[in-house]
Amino acid sequence: MSAQNVLFDAPGPKARRRHAIFTVIGFALAAVTLGLVVWKLQAQGQLEPSMWTVLFTADVWTQYLIPGLINTIKAAALSIVFALAFGLLFGMGRLSHNGPIRWVSGIVVEFFRSVPVLLMMYFFFQVFAFNNYFGTDYNSLAAVVLALTLYNGSVIAELVRSGVHGLPSGQSEAGLSIGLTPGQTLRAIQLPQALTAMLPALVGQLVVILKDSALGTAITYPELLQAAKDVGTAYGNVIPAYLLAALIFILINYGLTNVAGRVERRLSRRGRGPRKGAATAAVGTTVDGSLGGPLEDAAVGETPDPAR
Amino acid sequence: MLDILDKYDVLGAFWMTIKLTVFSAIGALVIGTILAVMRVAPVAILRRLGAFYVNTVRNTPLTLILVFCSLGLLYILQVNLTDPKSPTSIVDNNIRWAIVGLAAYHAAFVCEALRSGVNTVPLGQAEAARSIGLTFTQSLREVILPQAFRGSIAPLGSVLIALTKNTTVASIIGVAEASGLMKEIIENETASFGVFFIFALGFVILTLPVGILFTSLSRRLAVKR
Repeated sequence: MSAQNVLFDAPGPKARRRHAIFTVIGFALAAVTLGLVVWKLQAQGQLEPSMWTVLFTADVWTQYLIPGLINTIKAAALSIVFALAFGLLFGMGRLSHNGPIRWVSGIVVEFFRSVPVLLMMYFFFQVFAFNNYFGTDYNSLAAVVLALTLYNGSVIAELVRSGVHGLPSGQSEAGLSIGLTPGQTLRAIQLPQALTAMLPALVGQLVVILKDSALGTAITYPELLQAAKDVGTAYGNVIPAYLLAALIFILINYGLTNVAGRVERRLSRRGRGPRKGAATAAVGTTVDGSLGGPLEDAAVGETPDPAR
Repeated sequence: MLDILDKYDVLGAFWMTIKLTVFSAIGALVIGTILAVMRVAPVAILRRLGAFYVNTVRNTPLTLILVFCSLGLLYILQVNLTDPKSPTSIVDNNIRWAIVGLAAYHAAFVCEALRSGVNTVPLGQAEAARSIGLTFTQSLREVILPQAFRGSIAPLGSVLIALTKNTTVASIIGVAEASGLMKEIIENETASFGVFFIFALGFVILTLPVGILFTSLSRRLAVKR
């Protein structure tokens, strides 16, 4: 890690002794934390073996967890597809040479990026349920997908815009000089390159969508978190059920993050990733792990919104 | 529509949103800084612990963390953050647990923001500092940390904005903040676009100045390279 090189010298004998002390402290810290957790669980009778072993029975999975997981993935998959379409449309709108189109796209994107996803979900669900637009079974799914699409689509629109801005200006100049119109240049030359470069950030966005789909539990969408809650109610093992759900989320998201990192390394090997140095100042490997996007002139809030 | 809003304490709900944001931001900054120090420390076990925390928390949905705090830690494990005998104990407990959960979640992102700031400092800076005879502490204080903090302003601003919006998740565990009040209004009255727009506007007003402030700060304090 470069941080180590910048901050610290190679340790001498004194520093190595100090490091050894910190190592012991670190292990002690971990052990104490773990011990506290176990003690607290034990004290409240949460370590009954039956509470945990029941998680390995088929019923828990076939009745609750697998349907919940499928619903989570369904919502996430629909959302990423729609968000991509939305993001491309409005990202191109923001790059348009037509003033009004640019302004309207800008307002739409900025608005949906600054409104909390859950606020949208509550509202859309109430509208859908009141008018019963999609049938009782699908109102909540529609609300989840629409809210996730609007938010993440706006983030992707920003990615598209900054991706195109991050390309060398020679690209658009070359397109214009062979007689393409600005629109043709954008579609045939700039967008394909920008999209390739933003692939890792897109996969990273999928992690955000997957996590946010858990908000659906607030509007009765039967996703994985809701399924875990149901397991907890049915078998009286709330804590083990939630921990299992968390583990499933973590494994999937960790896998996706690794995929994103691998895609990024591969792109930069082929010399098509974000340009060197483009991502250092503001965004780069910032808030969502190794998912540096091609965000050259990224200011605050123009990053693929991290903590969501 | 205004008469509907008159019946409800909209400003009070947004005040709760602001309180949640401020308190959990402070908590996240403290925990995140400790985590960042651990993650760049020259001691392997501290680095591992920091990385484990960040990877675990970052990949867990915030909703799950808050629901777990409320249902698991408060109701089942009986970890009270208030005096159980006080009359508002249930409400206060949920608010405090929401702050703890939000702080714990966003600490992982604060940690990554700070670490990315350290990563923007080129190795040559440290080498130059040491070669003109500064000690380890001096080079850290005079050369490296000032640059690292400037580099992490922009990502920290993003985290703060995300945190402001994420406080809405606290409504799921019964904290009476803005999105919870909007839910109540549209359920009791009507799901009019106007009500949604007013609450959405409230969040735009809360996040927009933060974005502008941090962007201008990061531009003004940017290290010329």
